[in-house]
Amino acid sequence: MNRLVTNLRVVRALGLRSIRQTFRRPQLMAPIIVFPTMLLAIQTGGAAGAVDLPGFPPVQSFLQFMLAGAMMQSLMLAGNSGGIALAVDIEMGFTDRLFAAPISRYTIVLGRLAGTGALGLLSALWFFAIGLVFGAEIEGGVPGALLAIFLVTMTAMAVGGIGAAIALRTGTASVVQGLFPLVLVVLFLSSAFFPVELMIEPARTIAEYNPFSFISEGVREPIIAGVDATDTAEALLAIAGIVGLGLLLSARALRHRLRVG
Amino acid sequence: MDAALAIPAWRANLATIAALMARAKNELLRVPGAAIPGVLAPTIFFLGLNGVFGALTQLRGFETGSYESYLVPVSMLQGAGFTGAAAGVNLARDIEQGWLDRLLVSPAPRWVLLAGTVLAASARALIPATFVFAMALPLGAAWPGIDGLLVAYLMVAAIAAVAACWGSMLALRFKSQSAAPLMQVGMMGLILLTTAYAPLALLQPWLADVAEINPATEVLEAARQGFVGGVTWAGTWPGLLALTGLLALFGALALREMRRTGV
Repeated sequence: MNRLVTNLRVVRALGLRSIRQTFRRPQLMAPIIVFPTMLLAIQTGGAAGAVDLPGFPPVQSFLQFMLAGAMMQSLMLAGNSGGIALAVDIEMGFTDRLFAAPISRYTIVLGRLAGTGALGLLSALWFFAIGLVFGAEIEGGVPGALLAIFLVTMTAMAVGGIGAAIALRTGTASVVQGLFPLVLVVLFLSSAFFPVELMIEPARTIAEYNPFSFISEGVREPIIAGVDATDTAEALLAIAGIVGLGLLLSARALRHRLRVG
Repeated sequence: MDAALAIPAWRANLATIAALMARAKNELLRVPGAAIPGVLAPTIFFLGLNGVFGALTQLRGFETGSYESYLVPVSMLQGAGFTGAAAGVNLARDIEQGWLDRLLVSPAPRWVLLAGTVLAASARALIPATFVFAMALPLGAAWPGIDGLLVAYLMVAAIAAVAACWGSMLALRFKSQSAAPLMQVGMMGLILLTTAYAPLALLQPWLADVAEINPATEVLEAARQGFVGGVTWAGTWPGLLALTGLLALFGALALREMRRTGV
C-alpha cells in the first residue's frame, strides 16, 4: 500500500513538472494550441461549403464537425511534445537520476503521460470553449461533452505512450521531433477532418481501418448528434489498442535503455 | 593598400553574398537530412488535403474539376514559406553560436549579410516546390505550361525571400531558435489565409474578407493560373505587385533589426 502511495506521489510530481515545463516555455504550447486553432479557423473558413456536399452527415455547421478534428490534432501533438520532453530529459541526464532513485521505473513514464493527459484535457476544454464562443452546439449536452473530453484525455495519454516509447528507445529529441510529419499523415488518413465516405482513394480505404478514425468518430458523435454506444465502444477499443501498443513498446524500450545505460 | 588593387565595393558585396549562399548550399549538401522537413511538410499537406478535401470540386463555383491542380501551387508556396522560415531558424542558431558576431565585425554592409541569407532561401525553396510539383503531376495535376511553371517558380522564390526576411527579423529580435514556431506559424497564416482551400466565393465571409486584403492571395492566384487555366498578364501583375510590397515591407523590417544588432 505504501509502495502504491509512493508511486502515485511520484507520478503526480512528475506530471506536474511536465505541465509546468510546457507552460514555462510558450514555444511548447504553440504546436498544441496555436497550430491546431489556426488550422481549425482556416479549414472551417475555407472548406465550410463541404457541408452542402451530398453524403455529408447532417451537422449544424462545419465548425461543429471540425471540433473533433482539431482536438485530435492537438492531442496527438501533445503526445508528440511529451515524447520530445522525455527525450530532452534523457539527453540532459535527468532520467538517469530518476532511474537511480528508489522508485518504480514505470512511474517515470506514467508521470510524463499524466502530464500529457492533462494537456489533452486542456486542449479539449480549449476547443469546446472555441466552439461554444463561435456558435457550435454540443448536441450531446453536458454528458456528451464530458464523454468527448474523457476520450480526448485518454487518447492523449495513449499517444503519449508511443511517444515515450520512441523517446526511451532513441533517447534523442530530434528523432521524436521528426515524428511530427507522421502525426499529420496519421490524421489526414483518418476521418478527423472529413467524413470517410467523401474522402478520395486511397485515403478513404486507409481511413476506414485507421484506429484514429474510430476515436475521431467517438469524439465527434456527442458533438454533432449525441452519445452513441457503438461509436463510444469502438473509440474505447481503439484507445485500448493504442495503449496496449504503447505499453508493449515502452516496456521494451525501458529494458533496452536500462541495458545500454 | 594600393588604391589600384582595392576591390570595388559592389564586387566585394557580390562576393560576400555569393559566399553566404555557398555556405547555405554546403549546409544542404553536408546535412541533406535538414532539408527533409521542408520537403516533407508541404508534400504531406498536399497529399493529405487532396485526399481529405478533394470532393470540394463538386461544389458549384469551383473553377476546376481537379483539386490536385487547385492545391499544388498552395503546397509549393507552403514549401517556400517553410524553407524561408527555416532560414530564420538557421540565423538564430548562428546568433546563438556567435557566428553572426563574426560577420558583423567584418566590413560587409548589413544589407549584404541579409541578402545572402534571403537569396539562399529563395534558391533553396525551389527544391520542395519541384518535389511537390513532380509528385502532383502523376496524381492528376494539370501541366501548367512553361509560362505557368515559370510564374509559379518566380512566386515560390519570392515568397521564400519574404519568409526569410520575416524569419530573419524574428531571429534578430529574439536571438533564439525558440522563436521558430512563430516564424513557421506566421508564414502558414500568410499563405493559408487566402483562397488556399476554395475560391473566394465559397469561403466563409470572415475568411473571404481576410483573403481579399491579404496580398498573398494575389501571389497564390498568380502561381495558380497556369494550373487551372492560362497565364495572362492580368492574372500575373497583381501577384508581382503584392510580392514587391511584401518584400519591401519585410525586407525593411529585417534590415532595421539587422542594423540595430550590435556585437
